[in-house]
Amino acid sequence: MSLGVETRAFRVSPWLKRHETLLALILLIALVGLGAFNDRFLTIDNLLDQGRFISEIGLIALPMTFIIITGGIDLSVGAIVGLCAIMLGYSWKNFGFPLPLAIAFALAVGALAGFVNGLVITRVKVPPLIMTIATLALYRGLAEGISQARSVRGYPEWFYFLGQGSVFGVPTQLLVLIVLIVIAGIALDRTTFGRTLYAIGANETAARFSALPVDRVKLIVYTLSGLASGLAAWVLVSRVTTTRMDMGAGYELDVIAAVVLGGASIFGGSGTIWGTVIGLVMIQLLKNGLALTGVKGDATIVVIGVALILSVLIASSLERRRD
Amino acid sequence: MSATTIASPGYARRAAFRRLVGQEALLAVAIIGLAIVVGLINPRFLATRNLSDLLLGNAYIAIAAIGMSMVIISGNIDISVGALIGVLATISGSLAVAGAPIVIAWVVPILVGVAVMAAQGAIVAYLRIPSIVVTLGMLSILKGGLISVTGGKWITDLPQDFHLADLSLFGVPMPVIIMVLATVLAALWMRNSPSGRAIYATGGNPEAARLCGVNPQRTVLMVFALHGLFAGIASLVYATQLRVIQSTTPQGLELTIITAAVVGGVSILGGVGTVVGSTLAAILIAEITSALVFINVSPYWTDALRGALILATVIADILRRQRRAAQGWKR
Repeated sequence: MSLGVETRAFRVSPWLKRHETLLALILLIALVGLGAFNDRFLTIDNLLDQGRFISEIGLIALPMTFIIITGGIDLSVGAIVGLCAIMLGYSWKNFGFPLPLAIAFALAVGALAGFVNGLVITRVKVPPLIMTIATLALYRGLAEGISQARSVRGYPEWFYFLGQGSVFGVPTQLLVLIVLIVIAGIALDRTTFGRTLYAIGANETAARFSALPVDRVKLIVYTLSGLASGLAAWVLVSRVTTTRMDMGAGYELDVIAAVVLGGASIFGGSGTIWGTVIGLVMIQLLKNGLALTGVKGDATIVVIGVALILSVLIASSLERRRD
Repeated sequence: MSATTIASPGYARRAAFRRLVGQEALLAVAIIGLAIVVGLINPRFLATRNLSDLLLGNAYIAIAAIGMSMVIISGNIDISVGALIGVLATISGSLAVAGAPIVIAWVVPILVGVAVMAAQGAIVAYLRIPSIVVTLGMLSILKGGLISVTGGKWITDLPQDFHLADLSLFGVPMPVIIMVLATVLAALWMRNSPSGRAIYATGGNPEAARLCGVNPQRTVLMVFALHGLFAGIASLVYATQLRVIQSTTPQGLELTIITAAVVGGVSILGGVGTVVGSTLAAILIAEITSALVFINVSPYWTDALRGALILATVIADILRRQRRAAQGWKR
């Protein structure tokens, strides 16, 4: 069986490399094109600014890559962002938690929310799609119920460092994201944990028969997804300075689009962190480029929706031709 | 599970029958029980006015849940339907205000609904892209498209005869008539016609369905087209009820519709469920939402309750199936 996975990985990887090269090429062309079209686009300031906006989606896209590689999906990430943002603000304001404790509490809630997803998916065998649709409703509902639509503001100055500050001119949250990208990339490529993800996605039954800890690994990735959503909530609240119950609504679209655009197969078994990063950058550049040319925010969602469907269409037709 | 079915079809049929009757009876009991309990706490809940408002205001959800049930039974999912209903309602209202004949304002949205859903169905069935990806993409296309085209402007001054939902027949309001008619027709069709049975076969086991002469791809395309039809009818009931159409997509509507289908007994693993159940579930959910107001619970808890309800139903369904599968193996 390990032979099976290896031959598959061997077979897939040259194409994946090509896919990423192709993406990087498109990205380069887009960069140059947008730069030629608008002289504000290719400035250091603008690009660093975009790095700020990328971070929340990017943080969640890392564990989402893991999940999609296993053949799963997590639609509840946006709702977890909302719930964590509310828990951060609420526990600080209403429980009187010191702010650092409130942050830790929000992160714990995020991890717990993801853990619950993973637990039901692995123990009860509810399909991830349905489980996370249900918890999408549940977690958003909890955010609404707990907050009663009240927003929280007036955080102390130091709290804004993560979302608005910078280190040597680089936005703080972008640095955090870069560190986590490197860790996630190494974990996926160079560790047993990472290789297990591919094995599960390629053939879950075979992975089980090879005595791989399938359920435990799945539980870990869904928990990581919740934790990352909590982290994204922290970054988001720090960036926009208020806590609202509708925070993170629709994030699942951007996150899944980035991962799929980055070459991860929605059927599981393939995908890389580097691909996801390129997908992420492409989506943000698309948004930013469109915004600079005067397209309003709502129209950019249309473009992302089209990009999502097209990238899956193209990927699957390429795959079929290869077979 | 499939082994059970093959080994003893009679057993499986009886089990399925028990299960269906069980879910629908359970829902009916829950609807009546909840009404009694809330009525005891606050008798105003049982006022005819409140109960009829409750039915009228939520008939469109029940109608849309019929199509959603078919989609889920066929083994797919659709999360774009809420946005689609918003788009169709806007099209309908814009046509009416622009002075188009009322019949056009009623029929065009239904046709557009069928076209959009059939397109999605074709991508899912023939290009083999998972329905979640297609409908997630479509959700954002419809949502973003609607806001950027209309700018979120409200549609007012709708002509008087546009309001189909205000009519009534023998004292029964039109939305209720449409809801009951759609549910009964769809239920009979799904139970008795070959193409209706094909939906269950496709959702239960596409490969087995193919070997029995069912074309799973055509079935999925048909299911999505029908889903578009019901979404169109739902948007008609929804739009003609409103005095002002907000030309935005109703927030979280797709979740309410999916909840109605799942709580109504449609198994998320495909192959099982009825639209009578989904209609009853839509009524129950509306009743719960309304009851919260009457027992002084903040309406902001509605979504959490809905989420808990769908989660509980899904887990119960899967556990029940696993237990039955285990029994099947022993036999």
